[in-house]
Amino acid sequence: MAQPPLPPPPRAQTSPGPVKVGTAPNRRLGSVRGVLVSSPPGRRARLSSPGTGRSSSEAREELRRRLLGLIEGNRVMIFSKSYCPHCTRVKELFSSLGVQCNILELDQVDDGANVQEMLSEITNQRTVPNIFVNKVHMGGCDRTFQAHQSGLLQKLLQEDSTYDYDLIVIGGGSGGLACAQEAAILGKKVMVLDFVVPSPQGTSWGLGGTCVNVGCVPKKLMHQAALLGQALNDSRKFGWEYGQQVKHNWETMTEAIQNHISSLNWGHKLSLREKSVDYVNSYGEFVEHHRIKATNRKGQETSYTAAKFVIATGERPRYLGIQGDKEYCITSDDLFSLPYCPGKTLVVGASYVALECAGVLTGLGLDVTVMVRSVLLRGFDQEMAERVGSYMEQHGVKFLRKFIPVMVQQLEKGSPGKLKVVAKSTEGPETIEGVYNTVLLAIGRDSCTRKMGLDKIGVKINKKTGKIPVNDVEQTNVPYVYAVGDILEGKLELTPVAIQAGKLLARRLFGGRLEKCDYINVPTTVFTPLEYGCCGLSEEKAIEVYKKENLEVYHTFFWPLEWTVAGRDNNTCYAKIICNKFDNYRVIGFHVLGPNAGEVTQGFAAAMKCGLTKQLLDDTIGIHPTCGEVFTTLEITKSSGLDITQKGCG
Amino acid sequence: MRLSRAPECTAGRQDYNLLVIGGGSGGLACAKEAAQLGKKVAVVDYVEPSPRGTRWGLGGTCVNVGCIPKKLIHQAALLGGMIRDAPHYGWDVAQPVLHDWRKMAEAVQNYVKSLNWGHRVQLQDRKVKYFNIKASFVNEHTICGVTKGGKETLLSAEHIVIATGGRPRYPTHIEGALEYGITSDDIFWLKESPGKTLVVGASYVALECAGFLTGLGLDTTVMMRSIPLRGFDQQMSSLVTAYMASQGTRFLKHCTPSRVQKLPDGQLQVTWEDLTSGKENMGTFSTVLWAIGRIPETRSLNLENAGINTNPNSQKILVDAQEATSVPHIYAIGDVAEGRPELTPTAIMAGKLLARRLYGQSLDVMDYSNVPTTVFTPLEYGCVGLSEEEAMARHGEEHVEVYHAYYKPLEFTVAERDASQCYIKMVCLRKPPQLVLGLHFLGPNAGEVTQGFALGIKCGASYEQVMRTVGIHPTCAEEVAKLRISKRSGLDPTVTGC
Repeated sequence: MAQPPLPPPPRAQTSPGPVKVGTAPNRRLGSVRGVLVSSPPGRRARLSSPGTGRSSSEAREELRRRLLGLIEGNRVMIFSKSYCPHCTRVKELFSSLGVQCNILELDQVDDGANVQEMLSEITNQRTVPNIFVNKVHMGGCDRTFQAHQSGLLQKLLQEDSTYDYDLIVIGGGSGGLACAQEAAILGKKVMVLDFVVPSPQGTSWGLGGTCVNVGCVPKKLMHQAALLGQALNDSRKFGWEYGQQVKHNWETMTEAIQNHISSLNWGHKLSLREKSVDYVNSYGEFVEHHRIKATNRKGQETSYTAAKFVIATGERPRYLGIQGDKEYCITSDDLFSLPYCPGKTLVVGASYVALECAGVLTGLGLDVTVMVRSVLLRGFDQEMAERVGSYMEQHGVKFLRKFIPVMVQQLEKGSPGKLKVVAKSTEGPETIEGVYNTVLLAIGRDSCTRKMGLDKIGVKINKKTGKIPVNDVEQTNVPYVYAVGDILEGKLELTPVAIQAGKLLARRLFGGRLEKCDYINVPTTVFTPLEYGCCGLSEEKAIEVYKKENLEVYHTFFWPLEWTVAGRDNNTCYAKIICNKFDNYRVIGFHVLGPNAGEVTQGFAAAMKCGLTKQLLDDTIGIHPTCGEVFTTLEITKSSGLDITQKGCG
Repeated sequence: MRLSRAPECTAGRQDYNLLVIGGGSGGLACAKEAAQLGKKVAVVDYVEPSPRGTRWGLGGTCVNVGCIPKKLIHQAALLGGMIRDAPHYGWDVAQPVLHDWRKMAEAVQNYVKSLNWGHRVQLQDRKVKYFNIKASFVNEHTICGVTKGGKETLLSAEHIVIATGGRPRYPTHIEGALEYGITSDDIFWLKESPGKTLVVGASYVALECAGFLTGLGLDTTVMMRSIPLRGFDQQMSSLVTAYMASQGTRFLKHCTPSRVQKLPDGQLQVTWEDLTSGKENMGTFSTVLWAIGRIPETRSLNLENAGINTNPNSQKILVDAQEATSVPHIYAIGDVAEGRPELTPTAIMAGKLLARRLYGQSLDVMDYSNVPTTVFTPLEYGCVGLSEEEAMARHGEEHVEVYHAYYKPLEFTVAERDASQCYIKMVCLRKPPQLVLGLHFLGPNAGEVTQGFALGIKCGASYEQVMRTVGIHPTCAEEVAKLRISKRSGLDPTVTGC
């Protein structure tokens, strides 16, 4: 993860040897990075270890409150050491500006070391001086001077109650809304700016962001529609009788789904109103420090100021950049509200979005081809990904591997029309052509960060990806600007993660809380026709981190009871756990391919949070008959090479 | 190796190291595990026909007249619901939609028979000798087995495991009950639809059977004397029955049947007393199903010949933590043992662990706490750990915090299903970090949802830890990780929005 440019993250400043807090020799004082006051590594670990007793955690809590009180209660708060020349420079700066500061000299109080520890927790900065201006964490000496030069410092000093809002959130998706509402609950004056730029096909939608409008929600509902098609097939085996002809009506389905989404949009609006969050349906763009310009659909501009900002603008589907793509192709932004059945469809891409969409369309009875450049579900466990793919292939999805489209041409207009796609091999000169009614691009997503004036206030983004690097408290390099959700660099693009991050951020900013969003062991589920749920590491990643010989992988096929009478495949559903042999066989990866994988995975994710081991799995009683119980009876290791096929009972 | 704890062998050299009486989940697991460990093992199994004459093959209750056929027919009923959902999702399903019991029953029964066969093969593969004989003790190392044809065999062993399970109980003082009623031993093996059915009882068996019969379109009534699902969390239980009632199951609460008579047209006329009003009522049904409890299969074992003690009230066999009976080399596992949960997976694990202790140098004893289970009523109810009542009783009301939520499964929205009873409750200690004492989940796929959380509770999960778990969106299970409202707060626990 990239860090803000100045000062470098504390981790990069590890001291070469133990240096006692408070008695740090001044040998590093010449460093341009500011004073380094590092404690021996063991000390830090001990202080932050959860094993410390009740009384010490109470003491910590009290100290935290005291520090936050100082930060909240003073226009300028400087945590300093009396002998530190950088601290002196900062004090002189404020003095020259005629600004009164409150200064706490850590070397002159009894619990200076604890204060420093706590400051590091609150700000992610271990060095002094540690400066707060109007409750905003400024940083150290260099940053303060930098802010002085850029004018930010003066702005911050002027601030106080002069801003229109305590917080403006840009982007009304899962993360943004969660953050805004939590801040409002904590008594802050909050605004949410949300504006959906129509897709190239002209699709646009209401409040709630990707998940609600063009993501999880419509996706899962269409997935359910496809599952019901399967259920209809199964039902005859279970004695149900009705006319043989069962057709699917796309319009009925999308209308029902869109109705539900409208109710969610409405619900979000209502919920903002109830919490007195101002919602403005305008496009937000920074124009100067602390000031944003909001442009509505009619082009009318308004400007607002706020003490703090949260960027939560999310991502939009990427286009190929080839002839005809924006004119003729659709993306997941368009599919769920498509007013007509897409017909024969080419899905380009192998992301989970691509496979989920392909699975849904196939399940509804359409002719679907997936064009894959390289691997399926990059980043996921590749054994599982291949199993997901092969199940789809067995159930009617065609895969064109190692091809990329080079041109999309319209043959006929219509709803749907006819498109010719030319694709070339990634391995040679071969090209192929195909005719489809619909081409759906699902090759990835781009962050919506480039057209919102971030350069005006100096928020750093990754030039290549457009993602925003933040520290572990979701703070950008500009101290009063934070970011959550899909636009974060190196974080997970998942609704519940964004919600968690947004909520916790608001609590830290306005509620005096400390809890950070934990991006480890986040469970997720891919809603392909056979669902794939996972938590923790993929087998590849586990091998990379822990080495193959230190791992034990347990696995098995299983046959859901409901599938038996339905006559469905018996060596398809698959369960796998990856254990670290040298950590008490702790489960570091959990993978399940089968019906209701999401429902199965959730609880195991909670168990992994609590340190799940193989022994605990073995000691837990199964719930019979379920799919989840298979994890309580895993016996065969991958290394044994033993057969895991289910013989069936015949 | 600790071969035997028996102080003496009364009949000289024994035929077997281990003799297992009862070929159900626990018995088979124990026998197979012992054989795996190199022992000479025999299983004797005999299914006494039900009063209606129903009988079945190897595998015990779970496979033949329990979990397996129950869940399959539950699935058939759920599929009926999905057929009703399908048009909302764009599927054109031609009316009328009918259900053919005969076809379903045949499919389910064929699957069960394939499992019977599978169990036979597995025993053979592991060289476990199987006898289809009815066993009774001759002495503490010997049993006498009688075949269907009346032929007798004597078998002896160093260790004997009793795993004969239980069978449904018939009421003893109700005229016509035994003659005309059926039980769960029969329902799964009926060739024809039971038609309009009266289910008597309030056990999970009663509610599950009534639930799937209703789901298959049959006119179904449940008659219960007192509370539903005794021993389960009572708030959850009442939600379970409320959902069933909303789906068309009729409930006759506080009523007890007094007489069953067969009418000339073959229908059954049931007379019952309404305990609230004291009035007598009457109704006509095609089938009367008793689900008032189960009794252990101990009476024909001649346990006294071996000196094995039972609880005179429950007739169950008294066991210690090692599953040993009053006779040290004779053990009892599963439903037949006193104080054990009547669940397949516990019997399997108890059987396996017992075999490992006997022959595998293991010391692991079965932990019967925090056993998760799921009731497969139309809206499934999964739970693990303590009920709210039990938590209050053990820890005191002021030390217990209950977090709860009414939620709406995403799939219910488009299908326009009523989610009034979809409810989750987590019972915790009030003192931070708020250890989780029990989890109760009412909704679709409750079994799948509950399993993983059972692990969490096993790991000593706290409320904080569960809340720190990121949800999987959109699932029902994620609602567990989002339980924010405590009962004590009095706030509305209805989940709104996304």
